[in-house]
Amino acid sequence: MKWLTLLMLLPLAGAAIISMLPKSMEKAAKQAALGTSLVVMAATIAMVVRFQRDNVDFQFVEKYSWIPSFGINYALGVDAIALVLILLSTILVPVVVLAGWNEAHGGRWSVKTFYILILVLETMMIGVFAATDVFLFYVIFEAMLIPVYFLIGGYGTGERAAAAVKFLIYSLVGGLLMLASVIALYVMSGAQGGHTFDINKLSELQMSSTTQNLLFLGFFIAFAIKAPVWPFHTWLPDAAKSATPGTSVLLLGVLDKVGTYGMIRFCLTLFPEASETFTPIILVLAVISIIYGAFLAIGAKDIKRLIAYTSISHFGFITMGIFAMTSQAQSGAILYMFNHGFSTAALFLVAGWMISRRGSSTISDFGGLQRVTPIMAWTFFLAGLSSLALPGLSSFVSEFLVLVGTFTRYPVHAIIATFGIVLAALYILIPVQIALHGPTTPGNEELKDLNLREKLAIAPVIAIIVVLGFYPAPLLKVINPAASHVITQMGFTDPAPTNGGK
Amino acid sequence: MTFTAPVLSYSLLSPMLFLLAGALIGVLVEAFVSKAARPAVQLTVTLGALLLALMQLWQIRGEQSLTAAMGSVVFDGPAALLQASILIIAMISVFLIADGEHFAALPAALPGSEEERQAIQSGNQITEVYPLTLFAVAGMLLFPVANDLITLFVALEMLSLPLYLMAGLSRRRRLASQEAALKYFLLGAFSSAFFLFGAAYLYGFSGSISFSGIRQGIVGGGGNDVLLLIGIAFLSIGLLFKVGAVPFHAWSPDVYQGAPTPVTAFMAAATKIAAFGAMLRIYYTVFANAQWSWTPVLSGIAIVTMLLGSLVAITQRDVKRMLAYSSIAHAGFLLSGVIALNKAGLDATIFYLFAYGIATVGAFAVVTLVRDSSGEVTDLNRWRGLGKRSPFAATSFALFLLAFAGIPLTSGFIGKFSIFSAAYESGAKGVVLAGVLSSAIAAFFYIRVIVLMFFTDATEDGTSVEIPSILTRATVVIAAVITVALGVYPAPLLNFITDLAIFIR
Repeated sequence: MKWLTLLMLLPLAGAAIISMLPKSMEKAAKQAALGTSLVVMAATIAMVVRFQRDNVDFQFVEKYSWIPSFGINYALGVDAIALVLILLSTILVPVVVLAGWNEAHGGRWSVKTFYILILVLETMMIGVFAATDVFLFYVIFEAMLIPVYFLIGGYGTGERAAAAVKFLIYSLVGGLLMLASVIALYVMSGAQGGHTFDINKLSELQMSSTTQNLLFLGFFIAFAIKAPVWPFHTWLPDAAKSATPGTSVLLLGVLDKVGTYGMIRFCLTLFPEASETFTPIILVLAVISIIYGAFLAIGAKDIKRLIAYTSISHFGFITMGIFAMTSQAQSGAILYMFNHGFSTAALFLVAGWMISRRGSSTISDFGGLQRVTPIMAWTFFLAGLSSLALPGLSSFVSEFLVLVGTFTRYPVHAIIATFGIVLAALYILIPVQIALHGPTTPGNEELKDLNLREKLAIAPVIAIIVVLGFYPAPLLKVINPAASHVITQMGFTDPAPTNGGK
Repeated sequence: MTFTAPVLSYSLLSPMLFLLAGALIGVLVEAFVSKAARPAVQLTVTLGALLLALMQLWQIRGEQSLTAAMGSVVFDGPAALLQASILIIAMISVFLIADGEHFAALPAALPGSEEERQAIQSGNQITEVYPLTLFAVAGMLLFPVANDLITLFVALEMLSLPLYLMAGLSRRRRLASQEAALKYFLLGAFSSAFFLFGAAYLYGFSGSISFSGIRQGIVGGGGNDVLLLIGIAFLSIGLLFKVGAVPFHAWSPDVYQGAPTPVTAFMAAATKIAAFGAMLRIYYTVFANAQWSWTPVLSGIAIVTMLLGSLVAITQRDVKRMLAYSSIAHAGFLLSGVIALNKAGLDATIFYLFAYGIATVGAFAVVTLVRDSSGEVTDLNRWRGLGKRSPFAATSFALFLLAFAGIPLTSGFIGKFSIFSAAYESGAKGVVLAGVLSSAIAAFFYIRVIVLMFFTDATEDGTSVEIPSILTRATVVIAAVITVALGVYPAPLLNFITDLAIFIR
């Protein structure tokens, strides 16, 4: 059975159904979108169950010739890393649809267009992680910008058009740099035994270290913009602030992961030597991202910008984990990608409900929510705690793994990064104190607490955060073999623990 | 004195002959058919001639010959592909031309004169644009198959002269249109002079006007290289002028803006194919062995063309001028396929030409739709909120812009990928880098237009979208479908091109 193609076709089928509905049937469009995304989620879970976790090769492989004259195939397959991210995407989509039941109403276009865009985006999110052909990956990587662009620009708030353009331009510039590298790989593969874009074959290419470094940079900058890593991060706060909460969740939770995923899948696999060469610089960038993102978050006045800045800090951790070149840090980074998706989703969704109730996204406009809307306040608090990686919540495990894994090889970086955790406590607890505790700000007395739909949407997210915080083993068992495979493939062995910290 | 009967190989020349016959019939129709029936008859004759030519071309697509018309015309795979592209693009352009609204009722009358007023009042619409189009298309078909310098020059003039006239036919803003025509004519005459000058030097170098003779001169060596260099340089100027490469691009924004939009569409798409087709043949076969002398210069021109076209396009406020500068940038991209000088480059250039031509006609077709009471609205500021007013026009225009920008899943991306990879393969890494960079710049202004159409609110100024006829709508739909199809599944066309595109010399 062609699982991956099926997964990609399901949302498209849903989108086709929605497009045939009349414009006035908004509720039906929403229900169709929710139903489709739930089916996709169920199908993904069925696929996860069938996944052989000790097998580090690509599974569920499919391959059809697409453009034979260029050696391009429609080739899909997943290893544990891709699988986990697909799972993350397909769980988040129904959550987003349910949580943002009414967020399409303020848009430029009809409600049904919103859900068509979301479902098309879901297809592309699955495809981008499942592609094992570099060309196919690139095509989806670029094409998925378009639905996001229209989601931000058409349904966002405030300076939505400017934010959408900034997002698109940054991504396109990165993408074109990557295109230059892709072309170079294609030409070199032609000179070394036939044009191909198969990622396994490309990883065996012989190239000089200068070429490798240049091509690495083409890929890395594209992914660093996407992730985003300092100094390529400036588009993210604007985009996250202007997009609807649901779009922001997908943007930060899934799309940005394409960047970090690409670093593992393409930078490390295709250019192992160049990755090693650039590791010192990248680690410094990662540490700067961690600290700088945290400081920006502390200073943020707007709740959506705050969450975006915390994400920059978290992406610093993920990048550090990827390039620390130990299997622990690598597992930690992959797990972090998954966990960050859910903790950001929780934060953004609750923040979105707070904002739509209060009509403002400035943190100081809130106050005393704990008394007025206890459930909403507690959910936000819990999401915040997950974001600051409190032990017992999911992010803690991944952050801890990244730090420990990094420490064995780069103790200084790890120690500086640890300050990021301290700062995290500040950037979460300050807004929590302002918004949730203290006297009730005038105008907030009448706010309504979460309704049943909202509770239903957030419950699975909170459940995942808590369960994986206490018992991450099932996920780690899937991730660990893949993570060590990446490290051994690159020729690294983990430093012996007894020598840890010298 | 003995007389040798010329060997003509009519079957290989027949596509052109059909068009010329159609054009002559068109002239007679103009003279003898009643004014009420004229537009319909002209349209039928023109489309019929184009269709016949295309069908005949399909019959002879596999043929190869160096001897048609006494060796003046060559026919091979690339010729068939280029001619077919020109014919298809001409056909969908004629759909646009069929909307008579664009053309002056009596082009010979002075703008604003009594004579003109009477012509408009009596509904006496002159339809000479159809035969002119057919003459131009015939010239375009001849241009990439010419096999000696004289035929090449004749073809150049044959395609240019009708275009000069057509540029001046606009119904609205007639003075601007006539100015555009005059500019195009004067600068075109200059470039023709350069071209002839170059041809003379090449004759001086090799003692032959046939392509094979010149090539033998280059391969054999021993000739005067100064003559060769001057010859290549001046001939190239003539060709680069036609494709609108920097620094020979100055005419194109004015002409694109002034000419009636259907003519702009036809000119932008079809002339490029014809001129690049001729360039491909000349550089790939005749000058291939003198590669050392022209690739560095042409690479420089390509880089400057791409960057300048993209940069200047950013500052444009008029949609037709913007498309003109974008077409300059695309001329630069296409040049990188010429520089590649390998089989991949040839295939890629032919594919790119077709994909770009189709998207161009589509884009200009959308331009014809946006109107107010005084005709087309080309000021970009008045395109605000088009997405609300007409999702059809705005969405399809956005699609063509995305194709120009080279976003995946459109034909433009496949074209860009193939042409850049061919150039990279040949070692022209600088050109590829400049190409990627200017693609990024270009993306900026394409996206700005999309923002304008979709994300800004409309101002109430009487601008509306009118779909004048089913034919114009058909043009937009056909162009959009081809643009997406070639982006999603280009394999059949790419294979077809790869199998067929082999130059004979």
